[in-house]
Amino acid sequence: MSSAERGKPNGPALAALLSAGIGSAALGLFTSLAQIHAGFKALMDLDKNLGFGVGVGPLSGKTLYAVAVWLVAWAITAYVMRAKSYAARPYLTATFVLVGVGLLLTFPLLFESLPVIQK
Amino acid sequence: MELTQRETWTVIHGMVLGAAFLLAFAGGLAGLYSLRPELLTVTGLRERLPRLEIGTWVMALVAWLTVMTGTWIVYPWYRDPAPTSPRSLLIADPARAEWHTFGMEWKEHVAWFAPILATAVAFVVLYYGAQLAKEHGLRKAVIALFVIAFATAAVAGIFGAFINKVAPIT
Repeated sequence: MSSAERGKPNGPALAALLSAGIGSAALGLFTSLAQIHAGFKALMDLDKNLGFGVGVGPLSGKTLYAVAVWLVAWAITAYVMRAKSYAARPYLTATFVLVGVGLLLTFPLLFESLPVIQK
Repeated sequence: MELTQRETWTVIHGMVLGAAFLLAFAGGLAGLYSLRPELLTVTGLRERLPRLEIGTWVMALVAWLTVMTGTWIVYPWYRDPAPTSPRSLLIADPARAEWHTFGMEWKEHVAWFAPILATAVAFVVLYYGAQLAKEHGLRKAVIALFVIAFATAAVAGIFGAFINKVAPIT
């Protein structure tokens, strides 16, 4: 029996999981990009750029931007997938692939071995 | 028997919130695992569901508090440019530098997966309620993400404890 037949459509749940995957991949991407590109790393220093001056450094931007990407992705997917049911498997697969990409790109042995584009 | 302000924050970040996170995870995982029609009566499901919802949301909330206190309060003390900061001391000693170049570099990033994934899990539990017991595929995916959220927090927690042992924040 499908979700729709049982009651609540699975769209909102799949949207939540998929957007968490997107946010995870964004965190990995920002981490690796900051490692290989000095300009991007400077851009990620929100703590300094916004004048907080707490001393968090580029981690402030990498994490806050990733959270922003996650929330925007969640808002968009929740809107698009509201009140609908979908075949869950492709969305769940995409979620785990995205989380896996994020985990790989935040693993130091990987991102420290990437070629530096700008010092 | 006194703690400095910095030591107090490291205790709040690592031990108080860490212990709450561990408890919430254990309860949440047990609740999610047993959320199966063949294991629960309708009455049992109704009795267990509020606890599961509270447990998953507590885990998500605690994960957010942990990463925010860690990143915005404790981490700046760790990475202070002064030669006596934990980061400076670790980097200056080749025998201990890897605690920073691998341990801290991994910890500071991987920890942020936990709140994002835990929040998604908590939302799905709240959204579906008892219906999640019949959604086998989704329930398994939610359990897997819940475990990944815990594993990422565990990596961060373990490295945090070791790094604070090797180069304490005082």
